Amino acid sequence: MTTVSSSAPDRVGGAPSRASLARRGSAFLYRHAKVRLALLLSAPLFWLGLVYIAALAALLITAFWTVDSFTGEILVDWNVDNVTKVLGDALYHAVTLRTVTAAVLVTLIDIAIALPIACLMAKVASRAVHRALVIAILLPLWASYLVKAYAWRSLLSQDGVIDWMLAPIGGESPGYGFEGSVVTLAYLWLPFVILPIFTALERVPDSLLDASSDLGAKTGRTFRHIVFPLIVPGIIAGSIFSFSLTLGDYIAVRIVGGATQMLGTLVYANVGVANNLPLAAAVSLIPLGIIFIYLGVVRRTGALSNL
Amino acid sequence: MRNALTRRAGLAGLAVASIVVLAGCGTGGSTAEGPAALTELGDPEGSVSILAWPGYVEDGSNYPEYDWVSDFETETGCMVTTKTYGTSDEAVSLMKTGDYDVVAASGDASLRMMVAGDVQPVNMDLIPSYAGIYDFLKNQSHNTYQDQSYGVPHGYGANLLQYNTEVFAEAPTSWSVVWDANSPYAGKVTAYDSPIYIADAALYLMKTQPDLGITNPYALDETQFNAAIDLLKVQRGVVGEYWSDYLAQAQSFTTGDSVIGTSWQVITNVLQGEGAPIEAVLPEEGSTGWSDTWMISAATEKPNCAYLWLEHMADPETNATATGYFGEAPSSDAACDFRTDCEAFHAGDEAYAAQLWYWTTPVAECLDGRTDVMCMDYPAWTQAWQEIKG
Amino acid sequence: MRLSLPSKILLWGATALTLAFIYTPILVVVLNSFSTSKTLSWPPPGFTTEWWAKAFSNAGAMSAVTTSLIVALASTVIALLLGTALSFALHRFDFFGKSTVNLLVVLPIALPGIVTGIALNNAFRTMLDIQLGWFTIIVAHGTFCVVTVFNNVFARLRRVGTSLEEASSDLGAGIWTTFRLVTFPQIRSALFAGGLLSFALSFDEIIVTTFTAGSGVQTLPIYILENMFRPNQAPIVAVIAVVMILIAIVPIYIAQRLTSSDNR
Repeated sequence: MTTVSSSAPDRVGGAPSRASLARRGSAFLYRHAKVRLALLLSAPLFWLGLVYIAALAALLITAFWTVDSFTGEILVDWNVDNVTKVLGDALYHAVTLRTVTAAVLVTLIDIAIALPIACLMAKVASRAVHRALVIAILLPLWASYLVKAYAWRSLLSQDGVIDWMLAPIGGESPGYGFEGSVVTLAYLWLPFVILPIFTALERVPDSLLDASSDLGAKTGRTFRHIVFPLIVPGIIAGSIFSFSLTLGDYIAVRIVGGATQMLGTLVYANVGVANNLPLAAAVSLIPLGIIFIYLGVVRRTGALSNL
Repeated sequence: MRNALTRRAGLAGLAVASIVVLAGCGTGGSTAEGPAALTELGDPEGSVSILAWPGYVEDGSNYPEYDWVSDFETETGCMVTTKTYGTSDEAVSLMKTGDYDVVAASGDASLRMMVAGDVQPVNMDLIPSYAGIYDFLKNQSHNTYQDQSYGVPHGYGANLLQYNTEVFAEAPTSWSVVWDANSPYAGKVTAYDSPIYIADAALYLMKTQPDLGITNPYALDETQFNAAIDLLKVQRGVVGEYWSDYLAQAQSFTTGDSVIGTSWQVITNVLQGEGAPIEAVLPEEGSTGWSDTWMISAATEKPNCAYLWLEHMADPETNATATGYFGEAPSSDAACDFRTDCEAFHAGDEAYAAQLWYWTTPVAECLDGRTDVMCMDYPAWTQAWQEIKG
Repeated sequence: MRLSLPSKILLWGATALTLAFIYTPILVVVLNSFSTSKTLSWPPPGFTTEWWAKAFSNAGAMSAVTTSLIVALASTVIALLLGTALSFALHRFDFFGKSTVNLLVVLPIALPGIVTGIALNNAFRTMLDIQLGWFTIIVAHGTFCVVTVFNNVFARLRRVGTSLEEASSDLGAGIWTTFRLVTFPQIRSALFAGGLLSFALSFDEIIVTTFTAGSGVQTLPIYILENMFRPNQAPIVAVIAVVMILIAIVPIYIAQRLTSSDNR
């Protein structure tokens, strides 16, 4: 509080006219909470609502249009062909199933890897180790996504590092394909899963853990009954990242996926290769629907403010 | 990558609230009335914007020794800005924006641009170096439309059959090795990841199943098309990877993840340069290939700079540098004076070139002249390609 | 936290494995940057420092790095402004549709990048008739970066409460003074942490960027992607990635110091 009293006077003394204007504005805002709210909300809502939601809505509407096959012009010709095709075609069913499986696997792998290291960082490690680990987790974010994906290409290749490491136990690299994609995607999104879980764990008061062990609970029991329920929102927040990023990826899948197609690949193929935005928009409805259901479910857990 | 969206879609997009008004105006597609070709050159306009494959317009920023933009800028005063694209389809959609004066297009894009009126006819009298260009590259369906030339050939190349010499003691002579359902190399066969690859299947069927009556791998009626798709679905079982980028393809042949499949001469050269046991052949069935064309936008306001750029790229020395950098055959014999590897690329070898079916956009109106049937168009190819990959 | 010895060993073991998992590919990248193979073939056939020398004189790569830095900086500034305003609105006020606004912030990051990408591309080019370029990339990046700042600041506001601010205003300080001298110091490290994450997110984003970058603007990821289609550039890209990791240590370390000194 000393800072307030020491520096406030010279500020008032500085520029009288500006200061009084500021003071009047301040007083006005102080009395009018609604104006304060409106000022705070207008810019972000304008941005997100007009730029983003309008863009999404326009895209969804495009799904009900069609495209001239030769010239690539979009025709405003209302129909549900694209949507029925996407919902009815076996190709889309198979790819959706594969993509959702991949997203679930990636999420589970990431959570399994993230829990122990986040626990150690938040509750066990000394301050110096804690700091070093946070840096170690964040650093790879700066090595380009593409470069890391190509590194995985090397790792997964025949006679690559994974083959070499698994050889003693009789295993071999899964090679390029679905498994390779899952591992690579789990790698790429891992920091995004560790961070929210770590933050959630940091917020669990140490006193609670001490109380639990004072009352005779073993580590495992303390974790299951005390820690875990408290960090569920953090886990869900992390899972939103890994789940949605996997659902929309097409570049890493192209690099390590061999012949695997995912939903992202199909959207990209329709818009980038086939130049058919209406069909791409219709395909986009699938990941959109899945994510909305997911968000709707997790919104109740309060995870959205833990991302 | 960047998708094609037209103004019409945009207008309607704006009218999220007032849809009804726009629903009625659903006629699309511009008609093919491009402007007439220029008759004489005027003063350069000071700038030109170019749309091209990566590696086609190099200003030395990637490799100081590969720079064929700076001298052009000094000589003509036309400052060059470049945009690169990743697929032919992306090029088609970008040209629709009218933001580019010049485009380097492969055959699977150029026909669409000509028909849609996005590019204009070119008066070859204004391009002196055009005379030296190989005759077999001129007046092809991918650079000529309604008897008018629309562009200057840049370079060409073949989709070759590349193989690992440690696995294949004897060079394969036929594409059959990649179409065999019981291939001993299952999981190590690679194929190019694009709908246009369907033409490779069609070409193989054209040579091996004459009953189907295929005469042009880009003109397939429904029966022929389905036969090609069936063949590709069989191949899907033995394919380990569909490749689209240069680096991935080179890597998988070095590591042994792929031992046989389609490739480009430039990839083979790089691999051989690194001592990898890799060879490539043009099989007895011939092959598909590409022949790229420099074209001028119909909407350009910089025709003089555009013509100067076309002449610049047809110039033997520039052409040699550019095609050499990308790894394809140049467009003229004169260019070979500036390159040492013309032999490897079979530049000017007419018999070799005759075995190539250059990438062309499949359209409903059969390219082989048949009028009694409809051919499968490119969207159908794209759809089928996704189904093949599954 | 008191742990039994076996669980301690388990935890440290798992952490060591995780670090190995995270750093093995990075090690591959480092080795590749010294490899004589132009196609990054594995194992590296030889050692060279050629690429390190070339990378710094590679004008294309350098301008791509600069572009990415500018884009990331601009979108982080946008994210800081919008994210802070939103977190104050949602923390200090109760209003109709509050949870919907919360969802709205999360949406751009929760929806698959390719959907965001084609939606924005469609909107810019056809609805708004804006040429793709600097402006469109920054707007797109700003949109999905807001959430990182929002969450950090919101969590901080929840933790520090409003008692100090109330005290400040009781003592006669106006809204601005209170913000400058009481609120801002409390949220400063949260702003830094959120800003840093937002910067990282923008710097490495490729999917949305692919659809919102115009002809003149080439960010680092786009540059890298294009070079995968161009002969002989792959090792230079590996060098850039290694350099980026090395440079990133500084801001991450500062953020770490700031956050942990606030916490304890």
